[in-house]
Amino acid sequence: MEALGLLLHGFAVLLTWKTLVLMMVGLVLGIFVGVLPGLGGPNGVAILLPLTFTMDPTSAIVMLSCIYWGALFGGAITSILFNIPGEAWSVATTFDGYPMAQQGRAAEALTAAFTSSFVGSLVAVLLITFLAPMISSFALKFGPPEFFAVYLLTFCSFVGLGREAKHKTVISMSLGLLLAGVGMDTVSGNLRMTFGSAELLRGINFLVAVIGLFGISEILLTMEERLALRGHAASISLRVVLGVWKDLPKYWVTLLRSSFIGCWLGITPGGAIAASFMGYNLAKRFAKDPESFGKGRIEGVFAPETAAHASGTSALLPMLALGIPGSGTAAILLGGLMVWGLNPGPLLFVEHKDFVWGLIASMYLGNVVGLVLVLTTVPIFASILRVPFAAVAPMIVVSCAIGAYAIQNAMFDIWLMLGFGIVGYVFKKIGIPLAPFTLALVLGNRAEDAFRLSMIGSGGNLKVFWSNGLVGSITTLAIVLLFWPVIDGLLGRVGLTQRTNATSR
Amino acid sequence: MKAAIALAAALCGTPAFAGWEPTKPVEIVVAAGAGGASDQMARMMQAAIQKNNLMKQPMVVSLKGGASGAEALMYMKSSEGDPNKVLIAYSLIYMLPLSAKIPFNWRELTPVSVIALDQFVLWDNSAGPKTVKEFIEAAKAASSPFKMGGTGSKREDHVLTVFLEQKTGAKFSYLPYKSGGEAATQLVGNHTEANVNNPSENLEVWRAGQVRPLCVFDKERISYTSKVTDTQSWADIPTCKEQGVDVQYLMLRAMFLPGKVTAEQQAFFVELFHKVTQTAEYKDYMEKQALKPIFLTGKDMVQFLEEDDAINKALMTEAGFVAK
Repeated sequence: MEALGLLLHGFAVLLTWKTLVLMMVGLVLGIFVGVLPGLGGPNGVAILLPLTFTMDPTSAIVMLSCIYWGALFGGAITSILFNIPGEAWSVATTFDGYPMAQQGRAAEALTAAFTSSFVGSLVAVLLITFLAPMISSFALKFGPPEFFAVYLLTFCSFVGLGREAKHKTVISMSLGLLLAGVGMDTVSGNLRMTFGSAELLRGINFLVAVIGLFGISEILLTMEERLALRGHAASISLRVVLGVWKDLPKYWVTLLRSSFIGCWLGITPGGAIAASFMGYNLAKRFAKDPESFGKGRIEGVFAPETAAHASGTSALLPMLALGIPGSGTAAILLGGLMVWGLNPGPLLFVEHKDFVWGLIASMYLGNVVGLVLVLTTVPIFASILRVPFAAVAPMIVVSCAIGAYAIQNAMFDIWLMLGFGIVGYVFKKIGIPLAPFTLALVLGNRAEDAFRLSMIGSGGNLKVFWSNGLVGSITTLAIVLLFWPVIDGLLGRVGLTQRTNATSR
Repeated sequence: MKAAIALAAALCGTPAFAGWEPTKPVEIVVAAGAGGASDQMARMMQAAIQKNNLMKQPMVVSLKGGASGAEALMYMKSSEGDPNKVLIAYSLIYMLPLSAKIPFNWRELTPVSVIALDQFVLWDNSAGPKTVKEFIEAAKAASSPFKMGGTGSKREDHVLTVFLEQKTGAKFSYLPYKSGGEAATQLVGNHTEANVNNPSENLEVWRAGQVRPLCVFDKERISYTSKVTDTQSWADIPTCKEQGVDVQYLMLRAMFLPGKVTAEQQAFFVELFHKVTQTAEYKDYMEKQALKPIFLTGKDMVQFLEEDDAINKALMTEAGFVAK
């Protein structure tokens, strides 16, 4: 097989002491930036990018991509321990990861997160290795209607498959969509809802909102409960790790489903976020006891992490093959490629084989080395929970503030973060789910643009969403998922399914 | 993080400037998204400065493409007196205040130098019509208007589309994407019939044989004659005027400091970017991306900007894009 030969060649390029050392350095740096809330992958990679200018392109990309893998692994740590997602796609990990940490199962949750990250990435890398040429032509099939259909699918699956009261999900989602509209409207070129304020021009940054909604509101809730330490001392040993691994085969359906969703959505830009939510929701939907999700169920960590990482990894493919970055970090890697004189595009795979296959080989090695590295350091990270809350809380608030400020160097964002902290607190008190809000905030703009571009292109004809097999099937699936509870109920009534008990509540 | 910056600083040797010098890492502010033409240019300058030891302090690229680039403009405006930020500007400095009523005027910034002029080319899918004439005929004959991809609304791409309509009588549906890169892939995927991307934005897909350049929107052909694809060089692309469509537009690429910096600080950056234009990295980049070399500073630059501003204002008014 040609791909196999090229891959072996890639490994040959990599296996020198120099690159292996660079790999370790990159991973450690990556985990470090991933752990600091708010700093995250994109900022870390951006800060370290100039260091690599003097290296040859292959060494440089190996180091940078290892920072990327490291940050991906590290991002899960804050989500689970502090309920602060570092990257957009870690949001779904907090749903069950944080409750697990509160129950003293932090080590188990972390092990689950790292392991499933590894599985997701591995599936995606295998896909990249063997399907690279086919996948890049598949991505080209996506025009505005197809993009809109995918976003619609994400939104609909949230409403239809979510377990929260439907009206609360819709309220939360609508508020998110409203706030997503603040700022410049790309399609008309006009400003919306900025009320003459220069600060609102930028729109509301998703990460600022997330840091406030999840991080600050959590601190407020904990304070209300009289500074109680919520996470119990986590005892970690090889036994915990092996225990999680032993149970892994039990969850093969979840892992496989999430990997599939991840790879599929990763190829469309921005897919990692949608993928993690979808992975989570589908796992919940198909579980025998969906009520136990959100209360610290290990599958609730496996599902979004696998999907997010499958998607994050396969997102590198459109970046290399088409020059479309699938994530903030991928966008900075893209900038790096150009500095080294490599222009991402269809010809990259032909003209710079050494580089491309070196990078793909580094995905394999980086993931294996990264998994070992994070697992051996789990005790260190989990021990953060043993520090009294009164000491940790101010540090979390400060690093949240730094993170919110650093995204756009704007003081205004800190106030915005605090505001969202209060919104998050109120939402939690009155039982409005936060996830649909954040999802709408991050995808709202893209969905709106895709919809309006489709309308301009088709002259306002809605039939464009059924104009070919691809977009038609995605749109139809979205509508089916939206009305799933009704459909499921009807099917149950005519005796076509046994799952009536799942919808009868 | 400090260690990283210190190390980066140590890697740059000692520059030979007298007078003022930056004491902090210098930020190149990009008013566009990652991978766009401005971003690529900023990264090129970052690498040229670092590799040739032109400055003691490291240079960092900061992407402020929010609100179609208005974010970068407001950021520069609010950084008055800070000599560690340089904006890499393009025609949005004239257009955005007109179309979106952004409270910004380029005269409030400190001009450093104009470093290049960027071309616009009419591209179609390589499976589409082969000449401008065939393309216009096909557009007129089409049952639904041809889709023209571009970056942003009421900006240079949109203006060109309007003038193309006026001169030819063909109708287009203009689709504003978020970046030139996106407009390029959408053309390759046949989701649009054409775009008016800068050469750098379509270079790779052209080399891969996926798109075809129809004509360049300039008075004269691009001067670079070395082969870009197997058969064609930039100079082989006819001008639109040659093809009977008299539409011209060149876009500036210029560096600005925030307002109220000292003359010494301004002089440092004039000298720095002058040196950048002498480097091999800059020259390679200009040829590869088919940019027109130019270097203007001081009075010449201000005069150029005033004239360019007037041209852009007239075009925007005629296209009906000026907000009331």
